[in-house]
Amino acid sequence: MKLVTAIIKPHKLDSVKEALETIGVRGMTIGQVEGFGRQRGHTEVYRGAEYTIDFVPKVRIEIVCGDAQSTQVVDTILESASTKSIGDGKVWVQSVDEVIRIRTNERGSDAIDLDGG
Amino acid sequence: MTTINHFSSGDTAWVLISAALVLFMTPGLALFYGGLVRSKNVLGIMMQCLFCIAVVSIIWAVFGFSLAFGHSIAGGILGNLSLGSMSSDHTKIPGFSHLTISPLAFGVFQMMFAVITAALIAGGGADRMKFVGFALLIVIWTVVVYVPIAHWVFSPQGWLARRGVLDFAGGTVVEINSGFSALGLAVVLGKRRGWPKEAMVPHSVPLAVVGAGILWFGWFGFNAGSAGAANSVAVHAFLNTQLAACAGVIGWLIIEKVTTSYATTVGAISGAVAGMVAITPCAGFISTLPSILVGLIAGLLCALAVRVKFKLGYDDSLDVLGVHGVGGLVGTIFVGLFATLAVNSSGADGLFSGGGVHLLSVQVLAALVTAIYAFGATALIAKLVDKTVGLRLSPDDESIGLDSSQHAEVAYSTGQSQGHL
Repeated sequence: MKLVTAIIKPHKLDSVKEALETIGVRGMTIGQVEGFGRQRGHTEVYRGAEYTIDFVPKVRIEIVCGDAQSTQVVDTILESASTKSIGDGKVWVQSVDEVIRIRTNERGSDAIDLDGG
Repeated sequence: MTTINHFSSGDTAWVLISAALVLFMTPGLALFYGGLVRSKNVLGIMMQCLFCIAVVSIIWAVFGFSLAFGHSIAGGILGNLSLGSMSSDHTKIPGFSHLTISPLAFGVFQMMFAVITAALIAGGGADRMKFVGFALLIVIWTVVVYVPIAHWVFSPQGWLARRGVLDFAGGTVVEINSGFSALGLAVVLGKRRGWPKEAMVPHSVPLAVVGAGILWFGWFGFNAGSAGAANSVAVHAFLNTQLAACAGVIGWLIIEKVTTSYATTVGAISGAVAGMVAITPCAGFISTLPSILVGLIAGLLCALAVRVKFKLGYDDSLDVLGVHGVGGLVGTIFVGLFATLAVNSSGADGLFSGGGVHLLSVQVLAALVTAIYAFGATALIAKLVDKTVGLRLSPDDESIGLDSSQHAEVAYSTGQSQGHL
């Protein structure tokens, strides 16, 4: 099993979510995060003073899926999160040793809500 | 025992309601200031505002009102204790024989002015004052700075009032006073650590918008209530307040749009406040169109004035000088230009109403005297407090923030239980 983590632009969350649902992803966890990469900060203006704010708001998406489906999940995120401009974010994939659904104690692929996952 | 009085019930009711409106401005200011500071300092500045309500009200009742409005001693420098501790509704206020309202209603209305003026100066020392030091500063400041200036201008026996100075609702006593007091405080305290290089930006603009809305609402009591009666002057003051606030928004946004290419929310609420600050001394003395003009000019000038601190290097953190000081100067001078007996027969004619330069000259005098006294006396008091109980936070406490270091509270938590008693 794999954990796919993506950091994306907040306004792309809807299109990423819809695209993932289309390929059968039935669960994800998101969080509002802040950070910077090559895009560096952004500008905010208060009472005429322009400030460079180093940390930019982003959304982090986490999805646990089967090994076979991780490539499709990654490709879907790459496609739906892209604006072709700096600051689009990153996706990474890690191996997961075990997944357990708390309600039923189901383990492994049984605990993952993915069609064919 | 039944007491029969001869007060106008309508006028007294209006002034009592106005007093409540003015009181409401200080919690409004707490929200306004609270939204503009960083999230670690929001409760700290709110506490400073709340404490001003508590301590200034009591000082005012016990002896402050009498020192401000009692019979003049030493040629109009200060009132005496003839009014006591606001205990009798039959003690006439010197120079206010025309009042149709209860003297105590007038006294409690004026109490709220002292409260908000004190709270305003907290903005000059935001994010870096010890609570105990600020508390002591406010006690001394109310007696040494607010009460004398209120006597000079608001009491008809005060030395500036006797020269013909007109200040309808506190352009000098509240606005110039708070602006230059805040500057004195900011200079003595020094800059916040990291300012101006580090961005110290508002943590909740929506909170500031709610606060500005309450200030706007309360300002109708502040200005229209200063007529002391529910009459035509009060109606003029009410209308003029609204128009100046609106023109202030437009003026501030014009400067922002031209210089930064964005019109901002913080700019809109700051412009409204700037407009209302400027109309405060004029509200019941000038007519409708000049009110729009004074609001517009205040919006334009204050939007530029708040940038001066970056050039000169004083950390007037929430721009009390830039908004209240500069707006108060604009309004106080405008009285000398546009005051007209057509609006208020107990006022005077300014330069453009055929009254000559006399009114303008005494308005400039009052503005300068207030600015210099407020700045100098507040700086001295701040220095004194800093040398005794301490006013400036330790570097660590400043980094931690006021909420946690001064009050052992946190403004924003997850809302879930995270510990135990």
